[in-house]
Amino acid sequence: MNAPVKIETTLKDWETDQEVRWCPGCGDYAILKAVQRTLPQLGADPANTVFISGIGCSSRFPYYVESYGFHTIHGRAPAFATGAKLANPDLDIWLVTGDGDGLSIGGNHLMHVLRRNVNMQIMLFNNEIYGLTKGQASPTSREGTKSPSTPIGSYDHPARPAAFALGAGARFVGRGFDVSKNLPDVLKAAHAHQGAAFIEIFQNCIVYNKDVFNDFAAPKGAEDQQLWLENGQPMLFAGGAKGIALNHDTLSLEVVDVTDGDWEAAKVIVHDVTNRSIAHMLVEMPFGPFPMALGVLYDDPRPTFEAAAMAEKAAASEGKEANLAKLLGKGQTWTVSGTAQDPV
Amino acid sequence: MATVAPNDADLTQDGLPANPESVVVRFAGDSGDGMQLTGGQFTLSTALAGNDLATFPDFPAEIRAPQGTLFGVSAFQINFGSREINTAGDAPDVLVAMNPAALKVNLAALKPGGLIIADTGAFTKRNLDKAKYDANPLEDGSLAKFDVLAFDISEKTIEAVKPYGLGNKDALRSKNMWTLGLALWMFDRPREPIHDWLRGKFKSKPDIADANIAALDAGHAYGETAELSGPLKQLHIEPVPSDPGLYRTVTGAEAVSLGLVAGAQLAELPMFFGGYPITPASAILHHLARLKEFDVTTFQAEDEIAAICAAIGASYAGSLGVTSSSGPGIALKGEAMGLAIMTELPLVIVNSQRGGPSTGLPTKTEQSDLYQAVYGRNGDAPMPVIAASSPGDAFECAIEACRIAVQYMTPVMLLTDGYIANAAEPWKVPDPADFAPFPVEFLDQPNDGENFLPYKRDGKGARPWVKPGTLGLMHRIGGIEKHELTGNIDYSPDNHQRMTDARKNKIDGIAKELAPQGVNLGPDGDDAGGKLAVVGWGSTFGPIRRAVDNCRRKGMDVSHIHVRHIWPMPSNTGKLLRKYDNILVPEMNTGQFKTVLRDQFLVDATPLTKTSGQPFQIAELEEAISKYFDGIPDNEGGQVLVNDDQLPSPDGGAE
Repeated sequence: MNAPVKIETTLKDWETDQEVRWCPGCGDYAILKAVQRTLPQLGADPANTVFISGIGCSSRFPYYVESYGFHTIHGRAPAFATGAKLANPDLDIWLVTGDGDGLSIGGNHLMHVLRRNVNMQIMLFNNEIYGLTKGQASPTSREGTKSPSTPIGSYDHPARPAAFALGAGARFVGRGFDVSKNLPDVLKAAHAHQGAAFIEIFQNCIVYNKDVFNDFAAPKGAEDQQLWLENGQPMLFAGGAKGIALNHDTLSLEVVDVTDGDWEAAKVIVHDVTNRSIAHMLVEMPFGPFPMALGVLYDDPRPTFEAAAMAEKAAASEGKEANLAKLLGKGQTWTVSGTAQDPV
Repeated sequence: MATVAPNDADLTQDGLPANPESVVVRFAGDSGDGMQLTGGQFTLSTALAGNDLATFPDFPAEIRAPQGTLFGVSAFQINFGSREINTAGDAPDVLVAMNPAALKVNLAALKPGGLIIADTGAFTKRNLDKAKYDANPLEDGSLAKFDVLAFDISEKTIEAVKPYGLGNKDALRSKNMWTLGLALWMFDRPREPIHDWLRGKFKSKPDIADANIAALDAGHAYGETAELSGPLKQLHIEPVPSDPGLYRTVTGAEAVSLGLVAGAQLAELPMFFGGYPITPASAILHHLARLKEFDVTTFQAEDEIAAICAAIGASYAGSLGVTSSSGPGIALKGEAMGLAIMTELPLVIVNSQRGGPSTGLPTKTEQSDLYQAVYGRNGDAPMPVIAASSPGDAFECAIEACRIAVQYMTPVMLLTDGYIANAAEPWKVPDPADFAPFPVEFLDQPNDGENFLPYKRDGKGARPWVKPGTLGLMHRIGGIEKHELTGNIDYSPDNHQRMTDARKNKIDGIAKELAPQGVNLGPDGDDAGGKLAVVGWGSTFGPIRRAVDNCRRKGMDVSHIHVRHIWPMPSNTGKLLRKYDNILVPEMNTGQFKTVLRDQFLVDATPLTKTSGQPFQIAELEEAISKYFDGIPDNEGGQVLVNDDQLPSPDGGAE
């Protein structure tokens, strides 16, 4: 792969002439702006950037970004992206999916793109509902969610996107929410990560599942329920009055009070983005008794799929000539001479 | 044998003549006995001897079916001769039976007076019970109408490999090589190529190679001894007169793989192949995985859907995307094909058809995915379909599929079937220089003055191919209906009407540039026409050609037309078909191509169908043709019944 050349752009350069068609007030607008604000900061090249999506509200995203874009079919975006990346590893690919697209119909592909570690940014907009089909319960809907398909309340257990990603072998797991001012930082960290970077973005569906994340993602007043993780920094929240500690007896996390800023005394753990065991605890941490873990939960790169594929191809081709005529005449052959009666 | 008439004439109660024109041999044994390997190597030696040949491998769907059982029988039939061979042959002249089950399953097929070579060492009480024999058929006189050569191949093999210190179990693995040695003697074949092959195969285990060579040589030596007394005699089959040139054997799966590589080279594109394991299509993935130096990337996806989606993603990024599967996998790929049609990206989809529906008969052959290929997608989703008629033809068809895909920016389906995929035939090695290159030119600048219009079409109706990474031509595509020029989302009624028409017209337009449909056997051009045209497609080519040839020799006014371009068909096809009083369409399905012909040309095509998982026999087709000349009305067409003489054998499949 060639080292990417930094290109100077502004937010405006990343806007298309297409009218954005999400519902007024939809969280997708904020995410779109966050991405369009982040891309210039990355020095991204619109000609080399590709947004690939599946089907759903979130998957309309590529139409609104002035780069290359491919709006594919329901759930399969990871497979298209894998093919595109193998064909041209230099492309900078952003995958856009949702909780239905990525975890229901496309769960299999999401698992495999993460396990293979194809270098791309995977943004899963989690609104805990099927929006485009008018509000059915999704695989991340909470138990008891009332919807047209679950009028009495859903009774299936919700999937946890970040836990799914980590379990599938993801080497980068990040989290943010639509209106968060920190979202661009999470996107930048994901972009810097070489490999499949998974970002769960909580997104407010104001029509079918309004404000379900308000306990931690309300524009104002929910800050105390946010645990913003920073590598090398103690896991503090609620303005530093509380922290996360590891209970060595039960091998589980617990919330501790921090007095006078002395987090060391409270045994608050320092976030190490490469600690996979703690990452597993963070993605499983139940909201309510605990704050919502946000930011970069885990980041520990390993070689990418496309790099391995290219290396194998180069090694297998080493010293070999791509001579089609020779290939066709390979194996045990015989020659029929002019008289056609006397094989040699 | 290749023909029915000379076949019958050749046969006497004394068995085979010393110099027959052609011979059919069937090797049958337990699926663990290595019959496919024996058949494959015998095929190679036959090809090296300059005979024309055709083969039919038949094996159980189970990897290791229980030993000795009727459904665990694996068989390999080869028809070879000093004349042109079109099929794997009707009834065998020689049956090699490695155990009682193999004899039971295959005996009905053997010609009266045919030769049975049986391993008495495997005719134990236990094996006879498993094969549901009350008495040993080698001893109870029930095989009186055949020549029987029964002796203890197992024991002789153990004896031959004794010096190599193998245990009995390992020694018996060389039984197939002993048998092959005998067959090589019988048909006067050199052993050296097989020696070389064994040395190569067991490079790291020279003892095993030597043991197998010893077994092969012992079988060969036994032939000379046995000739002195008994029914075995050496036969010599003259080489067939062929075009001068370099030859090799090729299976359909190999030919498709090579054709795809050639197609990508002619298009000057890297190839991306997305596949998922499925019988009988996996062989293509296996072949291509070893051809990385030809700029081939193979990707074993997590499922059939991911395999095609990754291929489309690769095409989007500027490679030639290819995917391959068999019926059930093709069904899963349907939605993605629609996206490739909608976004107008090139893609080649290979379908190695097998018996269906559902899982059906994974290892048996059928042509029953034609409706799926031609009509099987949601929406008005036209897609070119090409069908290969033989293993060798699959090479050219694969190139043709690549050409149409890139020149018309469309997915193309290439149909083969289990028979073509697995069967081997001698193949004159083509010269790549004989194929006209069709290099792809990616668009890298605006195509409408200062503007770029992603859906502005060329003379063929194709939109430009733009690789992501191209400066200044950023655009978005997707499966939603799009504006006829800009490609932006556009649901308006008049635009959808125009886009539907444009997609249809583009594919229909391919017909105009195809070579006119010809007559494969019978008067062609202005002289074409007559009482009957037998119209076929795909792997029925061999038996139709031979049957029509035989009937023409008997004076019947019948022609053979074989269609490669199933959709769209060449422009003259309808006009050509209307020149015949009758049209008979033999197919290994319930009449699917018949429907397409009626649909496209309003011609009175009569179906002749066979869905037993067995290919047509020449005799069956001759009988069907002769019904047009027997003066009896309304007895034409219909269904060909299950043939007990044919592979797969009727007893072989029941569980």
